[in-house]
Amino acid sequence: MELLLDSLFNGVAIGSVLLVAALGLAIVFGLMGVINLAHGELMMLGAYTTYVTQLIFKLPILKPFYNSYIIVSIFLAFIVSGVVGILLEKTIIRKLYGSPLETLLATWGVSLILQQFVRSVPLAYGTGLVISLLIGLFLPTTFPSKIKESINFKYFKFSSWLFAALTGVLTGSLISSSVSKLSRASARNVDVTAPSWMRGQVEIIGTAFPKTRLMIIVITLISVIAITLFLNQSAWGMRIRAVTQNRQMSDCLGISTEKVDIITFGIGSGLAGVAGVAVSLLGSVGPNVGGNYIVGCFMVVVLGGVGNLLGTVLASFGIGIMTDLIGAGRLLSIWPDMPLPLSNTINFFATTSMARVMIFALIVIFLQFKPTGLFPQKGRMVEN
Amino acid sequence: MSLSKIKFDKKIVLSFWIILIALIIAAPTLLPVFRLNLLGRYLSLSIVALGVDLIWGYTGLLSLGQGIFFALGGYCAAMYLQITSSSEFPNNIPEFFALYGVEKLPFFWEPFRSPVFTFLAIWIIPALVAGLIGFLVFRNRIKGVYFSILTQASLLVFFNFFNGQQKLINGTNGLKTDVTQLFGQMVGSESMQRIFFWITAILVIAAWFFAKWVVKGRFGNILIGIRDDEPRVRFTGYNPVIFKTIIFSIAGGLAGISGALYTVQSGIVSPQFMTVPFSIEMVIWVAVGGRGTLLGAILGAVFINYAKSLVSEALPASWMFIQGGLFILVVTALPEGVLGWIQGDGPRNLLQRFGLKRKIETYPSLEVNNKEGNNE
Repeated sequence: MELLLDSLFNGVAIGSVLLVAALGLAIVFGLMGVINLAHGELMMLGAYTTYVTQLIFKLPILKPFYNSYIIVSIFLAFIVSGVVGILLEKTIIRKLYGSPLETLLATWGVSLILQQFVRSVPLAYGTGLVISLLIGLFLPTTFPSKIKESINFKYFKFSSWLFAALTGVLTGSLISSSVSKLSRASARNVDVTAPSWMRGQVEIIGTAFPKTRLMIIVITLISVIAITLFLNQSAWGMRIRAVTQNRQMSDCLGISTEKVDIITFGIGSGLAGVAGVAVSLLGSVGPNVGGNYIVGCFMVVVLGGVGNLLGTVLASFGIGIMTDLIGAGRLLSIWPDMPLPLSNTINFFATTSMARVMIFALIVIFLQFKPTGLFPQKGRMVEN
Repeated sequence: MSLSKIKFDKKIVLSFWIILIALIIAAPTLLPVFRLNLLGRYLSLSIVALGVDLIWGYTGLLSLGQGIFFALGGYCAAMYLQITSSSEFPNNIPEFFALYGVEKLPFFWEPFRSPVFTFLAIWIIPALVAGLIGFLVFRNRIKGVYFSILTQASLLVFFNFFNGQQKLINGTNGLKTDVTQLFGQMVGSESMQRIFFWITAILVIAAWFFAKWVVKGRFGNILIGIRDDEPRVRFTGYNPVIFKTIIFSIAGGLAGISGALYTVQSGIVSPQFMTVPFSIEMVIWVAVGGRGTLLGAILGAVFINYAKSLVSEALPASWMFIQGGLFILVVTALPEGVLGWIQGDGPRNLLQRFGLKRKIETYPSLEVNNKEGNNE
């Protein structure tokens, strides 16, 4: 019983990282039919945001609030990755609408650039750049409609970008002069240390659970609930669902699909940032950190189907629990005296990498019976 | 997306071939050993690019997992070379087995004692694996992006498998071939490398003609039909699954040959051949060269790799930026690739933009129909 509980917990912990990472990917894929290969790099940006926030909270002014930096970094990571995602949508993905394979390649290009960017630009200036992007993209939308509709709007836009660039450079140099660790570019991995209240373990029903893992589960839970509420209760959520179901019809009914695309892509990317915070708690953070998780996310999307959050949730936890069951060879400890050939097979697959092999095989077998995932969209279309 | 082909004079074609063959024969004396080796490697990569072009450019299947078949071919060649030169090691098995305390040769190594089997295995095994993966995926009408990410996942699965099995195939260290013997000569020696270069050059040309033959005629038409409108092909009475499986395994076989040639020229095969970036790079060679143009795939593979080695020698950090930019640029601005652009209306449009060539004022339909005749 204890073993089973342990296994279940580990599986849920693995699954919840997958879930929060795959959630954004699944929503965007459901809406636009686009797989964002830079999703892993958006996670990486979220992880680096956590690192930068942690260092900034070590400054004397913010020192008293140090323990809460992780909470702040969740919001910051959401914003940072979201802004980069929106920029990506506005500049590249929108141009490639209707050709998903080309989008795949273009986003791969973006992911290469982001990786190298983190390696060769000091994080302080990277932060400055993100801040200026944030101001430049959002300041014009806050103008009163009188200005927005005037002919001179482009000059207002231009000056707000100018202001944004200035602020970015100023904050960049401010951070770089006050935090020496951020002032130089480095390709080395960095470590995020959890605040003291998150270290150690909690005992539940006689089993010890590490607190960081619990925290990740909580983060996932909150993200899933928030997204569900947003999609099902808010006006924009309804528009997103409408466009997901039938883009042309929604367009005809006056929904701005352009805005829906931007909002969805921003939220999806922001969720990748939140996943990055979770990832930073599990291990060291480097330019390649996203690559370790991205294929797992793809599997979740393939297994869960599109247009249904429940599918994504079940698929992530399913994959997570199976990974733990196979990877740690737990079946053997649950049923110790199984026949020899079977136990040999289980031992052969009882490593993390071999568990992936097994899970992929299982997914391919599953797809033979349900090619469109757990919860396929109903319809009579020839082409989906 | 039909591209009008430029028709060349027979004399020009003939002299092109004569120059090409002369260059191939003379290359070992013209180029220093290091550059010759690089050129040989890149030429072998152009064979895998031809395969990518067949499945992506002609059939519309974007595979991000060609590295699997590439590496399988490489492993087949390396296993043969290792096993034939293992007579002086303990137990008559390759040296690395001793590191892990393995005394008996794993069973699947045995057939690789035979050169004939190896020769066949290099392309048949990758083709079979590709056929199996392809059939299981295509059977369920999984296509588009789903297909791409499934191939990428299977790539990662193969990577994990080969990376983790030290006792079977030396895991992450890979198999070295440059110190092994073939026909009494060191594979890494200069004279052998020269022969490998010539073999590669011949095989690239052979693969090119083979690919041209594949896309010609009805089979090629069905491939293009699948790319442009798969349901219609199905409703016309053809089964796209069979055609897709066949072309995918042909591409797999080409990748296997390419991997074997690359392995003997680079001196090692390792799970690094199955990393995600390498397989996506193969797609970009084709995309830049011009998908749907077989020559474009070959030229793209050779030139981009040459550019990569030159840039990486000069400015190591900037290659990632350039490559990333290339991906974005080629899909947004140059979707038909360089060769597709030249063969299409690209140059004429450019000249028109600068006012150097008169615009052809016709109805759109007339312009489309007149394409063949307007290459003056």
